Amino acid sequence: MKPAAFAYLAPTTLAEALEMIDRIGDDGKILAGGQSLVPAMNFRLARPGTLVDINGVAGLSGISGDSARGISIGALTRHAAFHTPPFSGPLADLLAKVVRNIAHYPIRQRGTFGGSLSHADPASEWCLVTATLGATLHIASLTGTREVAAADFFRGTFTTALQPSEILVRIDLPPLGAGWGTGFYEFSRRKGDFALAMALTALRIEGGTIREARLGVGGVADRALRLAKTEAFLVGQPAHAETFAAAAAMAQDSIDVSEDIHAGADYRRDLLGTVIRRALAEAAA
Amino acid sequence: MSDKIKITLTVNGTAMTAEVEPRRSLADMLRDDLRLTGTHLGCEHGVCGACTVLVDGKPVRSCLMFGVQANGASVRTVEGLADGDRLHPLQQAFWENHGLQCGFCTPGFLMLAAGALEENPDMTDEEIRDVLSSNLCRCTGYQNIVKAVRLAAEVMKAGPAPQATRS
Ligand SMILES: Cc1cc2nc3c(=O)[nH]c(=O)nc-3n(C[C@H](O)[C@H](O)[C@H](O)COP(=O)(O)OP(=O)(O)OC[C@H]3O[C@@H](n4cnc5c(N)ncnc54)[C@H](O)[C@@H]3O)c2cc1C
Ligand code: FES
Ligand code: FES
Repeated sequence: MKPAAFAYLAPTTLAEALEMIDRIGDDGKILAGGQSLVPAMNFRLARPGTLVDINGVAGLSGISGDSARGISIGALTRHAAFHTPPFSGPLADLLAKVVRNIAHYPIRQRGTFGGSLSHADPASEWCLVTATLGATLHIASLTGTREVAAADFFRGTFTTALQPSEILVRIDLPPLGAGWGTGFYEFSRRKGDFALAMALTALRIEGGTIREARLGVGGVADRALRLAKTEAFLVGQPAHAETFAAAAAMAQDSIDVSEDIHAGADYRRDLLGTVIRRALAEAAA
Repeated sequence: MSDKIKITLTVNGTAMTAEVEPRRSLADMLRDDLRLTGTHLGCEHGVCGACTVLVDGKPVRSCLMFGVQANGASVRTVEGLADGDRLHPLQQAFWENHGLQCGFCTPGFLMLAAGALEENPDMTDEEIRDVLSSNLCRCTGYQNIVKAVRLAAEVMKAGPAPQATRS
């Protein structure tokens, strides 16, 4: 359980870090929180020749903005920064709720928001947040910065639009201002485990009728899925249990649920319905 | 390729230097290079928490950090908890409440609880249980660990903060 030897570089500026990864190419890896990469290295599932540690790079962490304007998250912002977000409102409430489901307290002190997205575990909570809310990712390379929508960023299990010469630097989440209610429900066998199924939603309800809806699920396919058809169905419906059950059934029918050693497809499809109903009910409460 | 790198850090309040290969985990550096074997290693992939130490005040898995990443940091380990012969309130409470049996997981639980209580001295029972769910114990059944941490939290709030918890 010891990693293979590697060379270690610790740049202090983004320009320096970009120059290094561009020079090293495929043999190098960026080290952020290390909470996914280092276990993989200890198992020797990953054997990078060089690690470029971005923990000392200035200006990569921090949260700015608020629920009404949307927020901007530095890629190196630790999960734990969302235990008590530095802003209030529906978006803050949602992120504070979600973060408690990511791994454990000590892992949240090191793991980073950008690391989670770059790693792209199908059951990552932050991947679900960005896919469902429609985040914009800012990706830097020596040739400049490009913007990629979350919908185009995630390509499959542990696979993203990132090139070896690129660093994810910032993530923008759109506003969820006054009037929005949020819900999140995840099922995992033990506290801190990756979810077998989870659902995240935001609803804007007026006089008992749903006016706007966001709904996404994670842990059930090769990436987090935003359920656009179910969102469209929800708009105009009364915000009550029957609507939520119909939405859950619709999602169950439309998703080709994944199967692995942790859960078979039937069981997971059943869980999928439950997490969607519970997340929607919470958002409407 | 993997030449040793010289780093300086503070461990339990004492300035130290180490010369380590980049692949050396912080846990192995503490144990093998700095001869502080109180930090234990169980799984070496982030699951068990036996290796938990405080880095700049925060509890982290020392099996998932490289020693070279602790350059310039302040690290606290279980060896730094007691003040001479006087046990830290957490150690005292674990002892009095049967919070350990074999003791393998204990250094990790102590440092986890020490860090969490420093961040929030007023944790609710639910918060204590949530934080303690980070680490694994194969002996105690957890109840006495929860009890010990709850009682230590009260002692720590009531009494003057013991010197040994500062570095
Ligand atoms: C016991 C345990 C339980 C866990 N449970 C959960 C869970 O329930 N939910 C969950 O979401 N996660 C969980 N995790 C993983 C954790 O959230 C990680 O922090 C996260 O997946 C990766 O973030 P990191 O900053 O640690 O990245 P690292 O491990 O440092 O890197 C991960 C990958 O992303 C790349 N990378 C990192 N940052 C960037 C960047 N800015 N630009 C480009 N590439 C980058 C790295 O090169 C590497 O390939 C768990 C981890 C452990 C050890
Ligand atoms: S040895 Fe570090 S978490 Fe198990
Ligand atoms: S006391 Fe034996 S593992 Fe916890």
